[in-house]
Amino acid sequence: MPASAHPERRGYSGLPRWIYIPATLGVLFVLVPLVGMLARVDWLNFIPLITSDSSLAALRLSLETALASTAACLVLGVPMALVLARGPVRGRRWLRALVLLPLVLPPVVGGLALLYTFGRLGLVGRWLDVVGVQLAFTTLAVVMAQTFVSLPFLVVSLEGALRTAGGRYEAIAATLGATPTHVFWRVTLPLVVPGLASGLVLSFARSLGEFGATLTFAGSLEGVTRTLPLEVYLQREVDPDAAVALALVLVVVAAVVVGVAYGRRLAGAVSA
Amino acid sequence: MSFRLEAAIGERGFDTAFEVHDGETVAVLGPNGAGKSTLFALAAGLLRADSGRAVLDGRILFDDRAWVPPHARGVALLAQEPLLFPHLNVVENVAFGPRAGGASRHDARGAAERWLGEVDALALADRRPAQLSGGQAQRVAIARALAAVPQLLLLDEPFAALDVAAAPALRRLLRRVLAKRTAVIITHEALDAHMLADRVVVLEGGRVVEEGPTAELLERPRSRFAAGLAGLNFLQGRTTAPGRLRVEGLGDVFGVERPEADAALAGEDAVAVFRPADVSIYRPSEVPHGSPRNAWRAIVEELEPRGPQVRVHAATPRATIVADLTPAAAAELDLGPGSAVVLVAKAAAVAVYSA
Repeated sequence: MPASAHPERRGYSGLPRWIYIPATLGVLFVLVPLVGMLARVDWLNFIPLITSDSSLAALRLSLETALASTAACLVLGVPMALVLARGPVRGRRWLRALVLLPLVLPPVVGGLALLYTFGRLGLVGRWLDVVGVQLAFTTLAVVMAQTFVSLPFLVVSLEGALRTAGGRYEAIAATLGATPTHVFWRVTLPLVVPGLASGLVLSFARSLGEFGATLTFAGSLEGVTRTLPLEVYLQREVDPDAAVALALVLVVVAAVVVGVAYGRRLAGAVSA
Repeated sequence: MSFRLEAAIGERGFDTAFEVHDGETVAVLGPNGAGKSTLFALAAGLLRADSGRAVLDGRILFDDRAWVPPHARGVALLAQEPLLFPHLNVVENVAFGPRAGGASRHDARGAAERWLGEVDALALADRRPAQLSGGQAQRVAIARALAAVPQLLLLDEPFAALDVAAAPALRRLLRRVLAKRTAVIITHEALDAHMLADRVVVLEGGRVVEEGPTAELLERPRSRFAAGLAGLNFLQGRTTAPGRLRVEGLGDVFGVERPEADAALAGEDAVAVFRPADVSIYRPSEVPHGSPRNAWRAIVEELEPRGPQVRVHAATPRATIVADLTPAAAAELDLGPGSAVVLVAKAAAVAVYSA
């Protein structure tokens, strides 16, 4: 049924025509720089450039750490979103502002904060040092830096989904004899899967692109903390062709992640 | 499995004592904001009272010290909306209660199919909630509530969200499943109270204003709300002589003491109740005289077509009184909003009893 599949083509949109001018400009502003980068790619040497040892190491490290930090966001962010959306919390607005701070903080500042907390001489780090644990400038530090900046993305989108869903299904589930834990796994989580998925995608994408906090807290050691964005920045100085090729890889990975996640979501919206 | 609740919530002005006997179905009636939903939320554990206690089958649900969480109460709630879990199919929805109670997947499914059969919805077992009509979904929601084997079943206007065509079948179904079950139903319909409830409780402003066996209460209402529900005119006043009632703004209202047992002594609060069909309407210049009757000056507020009749709402200084006329009579009198009329009710048609 093409008519019902695209109702927006038949309905009255109510948009003033001039709105299309700035909208088009905006699209071009995002698209043209990508084309500019594509035009600069050295296609003849593209494959050797992105398969060099340092490139592959950076790509692999980036994917691993981004996955790990997304998992950390899942474990920490879901409970945070639930407490913010549903918990009987006093000063909810202040708590939310605090949780969302990394969203507006320059990543370098976040990296500094992590360094002075978990670094060897930091608030927590000096005690960790006593028991022989050093976090700064390790792969774990990369994951921590990424989690620090990505967590708000998951919390925000999940909290929105939880608020939209409301608590009515949970109340009914409870009167049917389900304990809060049972309700959490069998009702709450399944109901917010779309919001959770988009939150995870955003967190993953943000982790993948993390630069400032990582550089400050984890440094740039090849194979250990030098993720793809750091590699791109480093190569820009010595081998611009390699930098552009790697940048393209980042663009493709990000596009694939977002495409898969949102593509599935759209398909789900149609079948539901 | 008797249920007893006494609770107060200051900020909602709620202060109610409420009881359901074993195997009894009680209808809770009352205007919007009367505290009906608050009563349910308290019983189900979705709201905490400032003070009070509730006991179900000898178990304390809450009192000043203890508070049993919703999942451990054995109180199931059926809301206006079916609220089937959208990510589960029909049989999984019904199996939710048994699963939550610790039944194995297999046993829970068996129980779910049994309860779906009970509500004639077994054929829907594999459907998604989005593929059900409103009536089908509410049927499944009933099965889901019953499958949790609640000791007390709360039904919050279960027909309110249904289209008119789907309600009668569901009403019959509920009549069957509620028999011998301890249940409370919130409703706005006299029919629901008659068909489903043994007893009626009328809430107003967070308090019980009237309660009694369904048929008795709807025939001889003692609250304006119950009278309205039963479709009766209702006047409150003070007895001056047998069968006579002084109503502020209307003067003496003449009626007959009915039933004899409920006759009010002189000076006692009493009510006069009469059917809209027993009220006639005259032009102010044409009021007849004769057998003992009441005549009140009134202004027509509204004409409402009701099947073969026209219902006239007319404002007296005290209350709005409704009268049923034939359309021909209404046309002959040239009635419209603002018309000045005299309402006449024969004393023999007005029942007077103690309030």
